[in-house]
Amino acid sequence: MEMEIPGGANESARMSRTLYEFNGGVHPDEHKQVSTSRAIGIAPLPKQIIVPLSQHIGQAAKPLVGVGDQVLKGQRIGQAEGYVSVSVHAPTSGTVTAIAEHTVAHPSGLSDLCVHIAPDGADQWITHAALDYRNMAPSHLRNLLRDMGIAGLGGAVFPSFIKLNPGAAQKVPTLILNGGECEPWISCDDMLMRERAGEILQGAAIMRFMLNSDEVLVGVEDNKPEAIAALRAAAGDCGFPVEIVAVPTIYPGGGAKQLIKVLTDKEVPSGGRSTDIGVATFNVGTAYALHRAVHHGEPLISRIVTVTGNVHRPQNFEVLIGTPVAELVRLAGAVKDDTSGYLMGGPMMGITLASTDVPVVKATNCILAQSPALFPPTPPAMPCIRCTRCAQACPADLQPQELFWFARAKNFGKTQEYKLFDCIECGCCSYVCPSHIPLVQYYRYAKSEIWAREKDKKAADHARDRHEFRQQRIEREKQERAEKLAQRVSTKPATVDSDSPEDAAATAKKAAIQAAIERAKAKKDSVTPKNITDLPPEKLQEIAEIEARRAKIREIAQQPVDE
Amino acid sequence: MQTSPYIAEQTSVSIIMLKVLAALVPAIAAYVWLFGPAILVTLTLASITALALEAAAVRLRGWPIKPFLLDGSALVTAWLLALSLPPIAPWWLIVLGTFFAIIVAKHLYGGLGNNLFNPAMVGYAVLIISFPVQMTQWSAPLSLAGAHLDLWQAAQYIFTHTLPDGISLDAISSATPLDTLRTQLQLEHTVREITQLPIFGSIGGSGSEIVVLLFLLGGIYLWLARIITWHIPVAFMAGLWLTGGLFHITDPDRYISPWFHLATGGVMLGAFFIATDPVTGATTPRGKLIFGAGIGVLTYLIRTVGGYPDGVAFAVLLMNIAVPLIDAYTQPKVYGHKKKDAET
Repeated sequence: MEMEIPGGANESARMSRTLYEFNGGVHPDEHKQVSTSRAIGIAPLPKQIIVPLSQHIGQAAKPLVGVGDQVLKGQRIGQAEGYVSVSVHAPTSGTVTAIAEHTVAHPSGLSDLCVHIAPDGADQWITHAALDYRNMAPSHLRNLLRDMGIAGLGGAVFPSFIKLNPGAAQKVPTLILNGGECEPWISCDDMLMRERAGEILQGAAIMRFMLNSDEVLVGVEDNKPEAIAALRAAAGDCGFPVEIVAVPTIYPGGGAKQLIKVLTDKEVPSGGRSTDIGVATFNVGTAYALHRAVHHGEPLISRIVTVTGNVHRPQNFEVLIGTPVAELVRLAGAVKDDTSGYLMGGPMMGITLASTDVPVVKATNCILAQSPALFPPTPPAMPCIRCTRCAQACPADLQPQELFWFARAKNFGKTQEYKLFDCIECGCCSYVCPSHIPLVQYYRYAKSEIWAREKDKKAADHARDRHEFRQQRIEREKQERAEKLAQRVSTKPATVDSDSPEDAAATAKKAAIQAAIERAKAKKDSVTPKNITDLPPEKLQEIAEIEARRAKIREIAQQPVDE
Repeated sequence: MQTSPYIAEQTSVSIIMLKVLAALVPAIAAYVWLFGPAILVTLTLASITALALEAAAVRLRGWPIKPFLLDGSALVTAWLLALSLPPIAPWWLIVLGTFFAIIVAKHLYGGLGNNLFNPAMVGYAVLIISFPVQMTQWSAPLSLAGAHLDLWQAAQYIFTHTLPDGISLDAISSATPLDTLRTQLQLEHTVREITQLPIFGSIGGSGSEIVVLLFLLGGIYLWLARIITWHIPVAFMAGLWLTGGLFHITDPDRYISPWFHLATGGVMLGAFFIATDPVTGATTPRGKLIFGAGIGVLTYLIRTVGGYPDGVAFAVLLMNIAVPLIDAYTQPKVYGHKKKDAET
């Protein structure tokens, strides 16, 4: 089982690996050096910790603690609910002060259920120990990882235990660690790779074991030479063959689909998963978290966060999940006076923070303070001149100018024909648009409208089914009554056989109705629209979020009427 | 509230249009050097007319005037039209052509970004159909002209149709090489005899081949500056050259060399500056190739078997009609759809 290829062969493979290109991409200013001059700092215990129960794609965790409970560091405070979900944990020891709604990092500034913890300062761990992962039933190991809250730290926060299931094939041949980190400003993965390369590869070893992979690749953009050197040094004695591949620096080269294309020339099928083509990708941070979980028994309660932009001392910090953003900003020497706002994530795909009260979550890779100088306002939009710079920049090979045209015209059918749902919202199109059209916003709008319509349609179908069922029931009850009546009548002598032809006719009619309903149902099932069937859990989550947003808007819209 | 992305490249429609104008400057300089300063009058008049009409149209739409004047699209249209007209054409011809370009072809279709047809070529087509006589009085190359007009005299001729004493129209004007070729062929002369005439240069027209060369160089600059892609110009030239070559091989006495076709008339200006208009051209890579090749083939056919000496304008307009269809049928494969399609 542990047959290793000698290092020499591995070395030559590294030299000869052919890299491929994806279409488009852009080269925004990197701004990464500003936060890489200082080593990763350990953030001190915050005064208050707010742990959202929904930090991952999928269903929120179910709270396991009550107000007033004493919790220990690493104690599970929220239990995974449903299949796509992971647990959440107390990042330090203390007292649960509330289980209440709190503003979270969300595009619309929504609130979510959070466990509020007042740290006691002791930072006392629960009893925890390394897992003997090689001698465990794979499903048991995966369940343990779910219960330790391991989820993708690259941004999507997809539960890792699901991705670590090799499936029916019992094997995912290619394992890719994503150290691309293509977004400007962010350097948390870079610093993690520089300082903890060995631990990352130990995490990769566990992944490789669980997925039974043949090859392990680590893709790092070539603007991180220190990280590449650290990984290569660690690769020498990690005990399994691994290739550290420097990939060209081009945004969004760190997107999973793009990195897979660059390293393997394979494309993740539309609407499918990378495992469909025998590839599994994990962020390097996730590999590190997996290492901590398996070799130290520590659940996911902290991560590296880049605090940068318009702050005095940009730096990366190892931060407890649940730490308010305001505390982090203070650690980075506070913001400069002209700060105009905060982003969570990078400038290409990040979201605006409603306030600095929001807590750091598993998805938080970067806190970016904005200023008018660093982020000049976009000039007013001009008409599209169909110059197709967007199409030339689109890493999904879409024709953004056509999508824009149809989305603006609310011709949503056409947007789907032009593969709207293959858009990864990377922002390249908006970035290069000489007319400064907020293209991605149009696509988000079109997607949410399509989902909403689909939901309405489902609701209408459901209502119609209920109506048909009710009609059928009424008909059946009428018939039963008639039959009973007939029986009662037939028990009386002399009135035999008179209504039996009618009975036969009614039965035939009933059968015909039933057949028609079934035909209609089959037809309906076969014409469900393209692109929105078999959605992966990320999409479902996205839909759920958009629904929540819409519900909120509706609520807000109704308020004045109610009062 | 703004959503991602929060940063953008330093670019704008104005910058693109300015680069297009800059790419035309060397050819215009050569034009002045070789044919006299009349073209400057035409360019200025077309520019002022275009900006005034654009401002009026934008105002009628209730749009902010400043950004739409500064976007530079009206200026580009004006210059392309002016460079397609005879430099000593009367002022009203220029104004009328500009009116059709800006008002009819552009704003009646919805303004910037919405027009189906290339505005400059609509202006040109209206003029060549309506005023064929005025449209064929071109400046003679200075090396062949009997007299030279200075800037003031040229302006006077354009606006008042009066020439200085002692200078006749024949002394300053001549037919273009394409016109000459057409007329001489009708007189049963062979290509070999015709190209001996002084109006012909080493490849194209005397003098004009230098201007054409500078259009080519300006076009290459646009390609290097990533304002245009190579597809349309290359396909246009290839379509023209291959069609022309085919005819030329069958009967070299009757059908002139394809290189001559590349070096004359509106081909270089058309290939790099007109057919590449993003608004009215095809957008997909394969679509651009079809679009460009179509213009090349049609240009040759109109020149050779059609009724007009040059065919670039009509070829562009005809292919403009086909753009939505071309785009619809040449959509590139989207990421994640390639494999599946190959299997099925």
